[in-house]
Amino acid sequence: MAKKKIRIRAKMKGDVAEVKTLMSHPMETGFRKNKKTGKKIPPHFIKEVICEHKGNKILVASWGVAVSKNPYLSFKFKGAAKGDTITISWNDNKGESATADAKIS
Amino acid sequence: MKRRTFLKGTVASGMLSVAASAGLLTPRRVLAAWPETAFAAKSIDDALDTLLGDTTLATSADIKIKAPEIAENGAVVPITISTGMAAESISVLIAKNPSPLACSFALGGSTLGFVSTRVKMGETSDLIAVVKSGGKLYSAKKTVKVTIGGCGG
Repeated sequence: MAKKKIRIRAKMKGDVAEVKTLMSHPMETGFRKNKKTGKKIPPHFIKEVICEHKGNKILVASWGVAVSKNPYLSFKFKGAAKGDTITISWNDNKGESATADAKIS
Repeated sequence: MKRRTFLKGTVASGMLSVAASAGLLTPRRVLAAWPETAFAAKSIDDALDTLLGDTTLATSADIKIKAPEIAENGAVVPITISTGMAAESISVLIAKNPSPLACSFALGGSTLGFVSTRVKMGETSDLIAVVKSGGKLYSAKKTVKVTIGGCGG
């Protein structure tokens, strides 16, 4: 079982907040085969990533299996200030989920 | 005369947006639930139609795709899409993947037209970025050569 962890780094650059995040997730496509048994490994991937700032959804990502293992995501938004909290959460096709927050520095 | 038709036009479109906001025209919400059929679609047109409700793409020079010319490992292809347009959503499609739609980002009002992530590519293929802005779709393309595919085992 993969560690359910989200790493977030958020930084103000001028009036724009830049958010970088890394998630631990296998992002299994369902196309790969287990080399020993020859059986297909069932898909297991993050479906949705929700990024919130002060209760507003600033970015909602819908992902398919084509997003790489241990996904990286970066985006920028306006209207934030140092010390604000941003919350990032994901849920996957097996109903698992994780949430983390970070302060903008 | 021109003024008259113009006025008529605005009234009509005003009515339309009222109807849309009332939910009568089944508007595709910007922050909608996970679009399962769009991700299962096998062609670009099907994916775009189910995801964004349109398949007409206008090529735009204002969309920049930053991706490697040659990706040694198709399992991890770093991509960055940026645009100066007021983007409602940014979607990434990979033409030759089993399901072309890779990821789609719905952006809030204060979010800039910028996303960066990493995707898998099965083989050398076009990378298509689709930006929705003002109800219209704009796109840009970039070919990425893949030496080792990232989809099989």
